[in-house]
Amino acid sequence: MRIACPHCGPRGVDEFSYLGDATVTRPTDPADLDGFAAYVHERRNPAGRHRELWQHALGCQSWLVVTRDTRTHAIEAVEAARDVALARAGGES
Amino acid sequence: MTSDRYSIFSLLRETLNGHKGWRPAWRSPDPKPSYDVVIVGGGGHGLATAHYLASRYGVTNVAVLEKGWIGGGNVGRNTTIVRSNYLLPGNVPFYEHSMKLWEGLEQDLNYNAMVSQRGVVNLFHSDGQRDAYVRRGNSMRMHGVDAELLDVAALKRILPMLDFDNARFPIKGALRQRRGGTVRHDAVAWGYARAADRRGVDIIQNCEVTGFRIENGRISGVETSRGFIGAAKVGLACAGNSSRVAQMAGLRLPIESHALQAFVSEGIKPFIDTVCTFGAGHFYISQSDKGGLVFGGDIDGYNSYAQRGNLPTVEDVAEGGMALMPSIGRVRMLRSWGGIMDMSMDGSPIIDRTPVDGLFLNAGWCYGGFKATPASGDCFAHLIARGEPHPVGAAYRLPRFATGRTIDEKGVGAQPNLH
Repeated sequence: MRIACPHCGPRGVDEFSYLGDATVTRPTDPADLDGFAAYVHERRNPAGRHRELWQHALGCQSWLVVTRDTRTHAIEAVEAARDVALARAGGES
Repeated sequence: MTSDRYSIFSLLRETLNGHKGWRPAWRSPDPKPSYDVVIVGGGGHGLATAHYLASRYGVTNVAVLEKGWIGGGNVGRNTTIVRSNYLLPGNVPFYEHSMKLWEGLEQDLNYNAMVSQRGVVNLFHSDGQRDAYVRRGNSMRMHGVDAELLDVAALKRILPMLDFDNARFPIKGALRQRRGGTVRHDAVAWGYARAADRRGVDIIQNCEVTGFRIENGRISGVETSRGFIGAAKVGLACAGNSSRVAQMAGLRLPIESHALQAFVSEGIKPFIDTVCTFGAGHFYISQSDKGGLVFGGDIDGYNSYAQRGNLPTVEDVAEGGMALMPSIGRVRMLRSWGGIMDMSMDGSPIIDRTPVDGLFLNAGWCYGGFKATPASGDCFAHLIARGEPHPVGAAYRLPRFATGRTIDEKGVGAQPNLH
């Protein structure tokens, strides 16, 4: 498996480390215990299209959001996690 | 119990008969309209659950639904190791219960599962690791489990092929559990299937569950590729597919699915007569009765349903093997394969009821499900039949993730690819 880092180009998967599901969101209310329990533990874990966080740890060290098919390992898109977070926050920089 | 036991006489008879008289070891029935209990998943855990439901808890109106065939999933893909060398209180009694059931399995099932208590030897390579294994060994002995610490001299007698002179990964000793070992994994599936079938359990292969019928918060049956099957209680034992199946009942589980690879070499003469694990990398090895070296290492490390792995892990496992026992370097690797592990958020399993009445969950076995097969089946059957957890499986509750009572042997937190 090769991941096309937006900064470094296509690199072998052993240069990257994996964090997991990129779609879970941290609750804004610090007293939301159920929300935090779900955020930390519960995952959709789909067979198919999965958006996930990787870090180019042995390269430029940037965090990436990779869209990948968990049945075939085929990668559909790689985006900088910063861009994804900014888009989610409404485009402010 | 049955007319067609396997024996030297039946073997002789069939030898003379051209092996035309062997009959299937279990029936292939059509599903009945309804059952008292439906088990989803005909792997080791599902079949063991059905066997113990029928043999220990008196529930015989049971169906096991399997989307593929018996023995095609993880029960036929693991590296056959059994052991009970755990550290934490919630785990040790459970895995020891499993070890004891392994020891009596062949008599219970009347089936040769090739249970071989050849021992499990966990090597350590530093003073810190020795302390950790001393602690583990003490924890085991306090729970009544056998454990012994080996020094290098003792280790050289039982594993002379190890690289004791390795400057980078010096071998300082090992923790050994003599009662651990290997079990022929296919035979476990077949033995449980045959024994459950004899007690009236319907094993229905090529029958995929496509949905659940839930009325007023209570399960009433399952939709399948062979039509609706009614059930008062449904137990899920779907291993790597647990999240997908549970999602059909509206549940979101603390599980990620990951690929774990395993490898076997060409057959060689007797070389290693125990199970040995490398402590400085992730590598473990034993030798099958056919002579192949059976070995494996880490999970690939990212969500996968592909039942195959990638090359960096193959390289990592091979490097671990070469660091530990360089003499295997010229042995050819014959096959490698992958299975899908239901990696839980604390590295420990879940045997519990769910928010849906009558729907029970058995999942999160990570890459340690095979050794747990008998105890998992017994505990799950106990829970389904009596509505309360078995004493040795009582820690494996689903709400523990929210309440902070996680059972994290490795101490790495809610990060499934690190367990």
